[in-house]
Amino acid sequence: MDKKNTRRAFLRLAGFTAAGTGIAASGGFLSACNRVEEVTGDKIKLLTSSGELVEVDRAQLTPADMPSLSENQKRGRAGLPGRRWVMVIDLARCRNARKCMEACQAHHQLKPEQHHMNVLQMKDAAHTAPYYMPKPCMHCDNPPCTKVCPVNATFKRDDGIVLIDNERCIGCRFCIAACPYSARVFNWTEPRDSEKYMGVTYNIEANVPQKKGTISKCLFSADRLRDGKLPSCVSACPNSVYWFGDQNEDAVTNGTTGETVSFSGLIRDNAGYTLLEELGTKPRVYYLPPKGRAFPYQGEVHRQV
Amino acid sequence: MTIKKSPEESRDRLDKIFHDLTRSLRVKDELSRFWLFILIMFCIVGVWAWGYQIQQGLGITGMRDYVSWAMYISNFVFFVAVSLIGLLISSIMHLLKIRWAQPVSRVAEQVAIAAVALAGIIIVMDMGRPDRFLNVFLHGRFASPIIWDVTVITTYLTISALLFYLPLIPDLALMKNRLKGKVPGWQYKIYDILSLGWKGNPQQFKLVYHSLRILMLLIIPVGLAIHTVTSWLFASTLRAGWDTTIFGPYFVAGAFVAGTAAVILVMYVYRVRYRLKEYFNDEVFDRMGKTLVFVCLVYLYFNVNEFLVPGYKMKVAEGIHLTELFFGRHALAFWFTMIAGLILPIVLGVIKYFRRPLPITLIALITLIASWFKRYIIVVPTMEHPHLPVQNVPEHFVHYSPTNPEITITLFAFFASFLIVTVLAKLFPVITIWEYAEHQGIDKKYMFEDYDQN
Repeated sequence: MDKKNTRRAFLRLAGFTAAGTGIAASGGFLSACNRVEEVTGDKIKLLTSSGELVEVDRAQLTPADMPSLSENQKRGRAGLPGRRWVMVIDLARCRNARKCMEACQAHHQLKPEQHHMNVLQMKDAAHTAPYYMPKPCMHCDNPPCTKVCPVNATFKRDDGIVLIDNERCIGCRFCIAACPYSARVFNWTEPRDSEKYMGVTYNIEANVPQKKGTISKCLFSADRLRDGKLPSCVSACPNSVYWFGDQNEDAVTNGTTGETVSFSGLIRDNAGYTLLEELGTKPRVYYLPPKGRAFPYQGEVHRQV
Repeated sequence: MTIKKSPEESRDRLDKIFHDLTRSLRVKDELSRFWLFILIMFCIVGVWAWGYQIQQGLGITGMRDYVSWAMYISNFVFFVAVSLIGLLISSIMHLLKIRWAQPVSRVAEQVAIAAVALAGIIIVMDMGRPDRFLNVFLHGRFASPIIWDVTVITTYLTISALLFYLPLIPDLALMKNRLKGKVPGWQYKIYDILSLGWKGNPQQFKLVYHSLRILMLLIIPVGLAIHTVTSWLFASTLRAGWDTTIFGPYFVAGAFVAGTAAVILVMYVYRVRYRLKEYFNDEVFDRMGKTLVFVCLVYLYFNVNEFLVPGYKMKVAEGIHLTELFFGRHALAFWFTMIAGLILPIVLGVIKYFRRPLPITLIALITLIASWFKRYIIVVPTMEHPHLPVQNVPEHFVHYSPTNPEITITLFAFFASFLIVTVLAKLFPVITIWEYAEHQGIDKKYMFEDYDQN
């Protein structure tokens, strides 16, 4: 396979951004060295775009180019122009490492029982083989959840992502009832570390900070996509389970190996399918069947209660 | 047809009817004070529980990510259901000129107003962010069944209030005329203001008849809409047990069962408490008993459709749902709703003995309790069985059971609805006096004659 021809703008963009970030970081480092006397000892807690909390000296602060809440909400509704994001999950490679779940919960500030990404232990019929199935939001093209929202707090973007505006959600939970994939979670109590994130500007493309009394769910890490990165779960997977990309370019990139292949070829050659397709929701997440598995199934099958 | 009575007889008879029907306004003994005290205390505790819920989040309830609609939504459906009786008795039966139903119509409107008001309150109590309630109007999306529900429920409440108020205006004038000095000043003031200077002339009556007729016709589509739309909150999803086409009529039929039972209960309380034996007489209870049997038969028909057809096929998801209902965790509640809420009123209600006031009231009480469980059975089991397995969550996410604050708020809803009915009964006669008197052959000119002289 000629990688040069199959690598497309997605990876290029990712590369540029990585390089750009490096230059910016080194610049910041140098200027910090120059101003070493100015350290005040007055530390300030900051939240990075990847959800980590860091401490920085007050003297080192420079104004960041962060959009205001209304600007964030506006561009969050518009989406990334010209894109149609798509995910492919290779069930033959999932060995239940759950790194995707951990990365997801860290990124979106979720409690242990809250899952944007949930690895399920599946068994389709009495004598069929069990397998692990990572389950994000399907980002349906015919989404039952956005249809029922009374206030347009959850919506479908042009780039295919189904998002939630937690500053508008009224917490009626109709979307939870409507979603056949159980993809949505609710903040029943104060969200995780809510005191820590108090006063942090809400980011619609990551659902952070989480808001009490509102809905949350997988959003393909829309904030990372804007920065040219792959979604948290895709990047975190150690077992090459996830492929992510742009259907308009017909290219998906493996989050573990970085390999980029043709999306249509991948799902055609491996009998890709979508989950509960008989419901007519038209998911944007495709599964490759657990055939010729890379690992033997190790866990007990969790009985459905 | 009743025969026109002579002037003297008319005046005497009117005095007696007026005296009897305004007894509820005058009764102010220990029992009524105690009852009001209990109701207000429960309402305060309920509002406090709601405040606690707002502060702590909905996490104080038993609801979690999988069973995310539960007892509050069951209450909501129950109250919407009960409110539909206003449509059946004060509109449809009135339009069909069913004479025996006339004294029941104000009771039906009281129940309708109280129930629909509580339906509106309980749905706000179910919201995760009640502080953002105005978003429903600021950002309302008309494709959502919730917006349809908000629209029709407010319309229904408005029409019900008008259907309660318009026939009340002549009564208010009667009370203004006759109760001066016999009721507290503020109460008299209410009658004075609300009677809108009613004189009782034929043009005014014509206006009331016309408006009532329009409202009675209007409330039919609106009333059917409130419960049909409420059923669509469920039927518009893809879940086993809700994903069915008969939910609209199924809910409407069930609503008439719950509402008829509620009206029988309230009637019995009035009959005993306000000594209205002659008004809510055995015939009225007999007819209401027959109505209960009839609506139960219709509802039974829909239940057979709702459970037999999917039960015959046993598709995977439907099969899990039905097995759970018939033999599983919810079997006790399910069979209680079926046997006590449907079979019992039908089997006993066809026997004349059981349609006497006390027996039919006891049957109605059991039916009403079963009606509440029926809503619970409609909401909760379906939520417990989504399409995909429930995994990687704590045990209490899987099965729902209500918590104490949740039960307190549910009790609040009931006591608040009792409070509304009680206040309406304490302020206004529970039967339309002028209409009842007219049916007794008393000409309207005798009702407002003293009033004309003033």
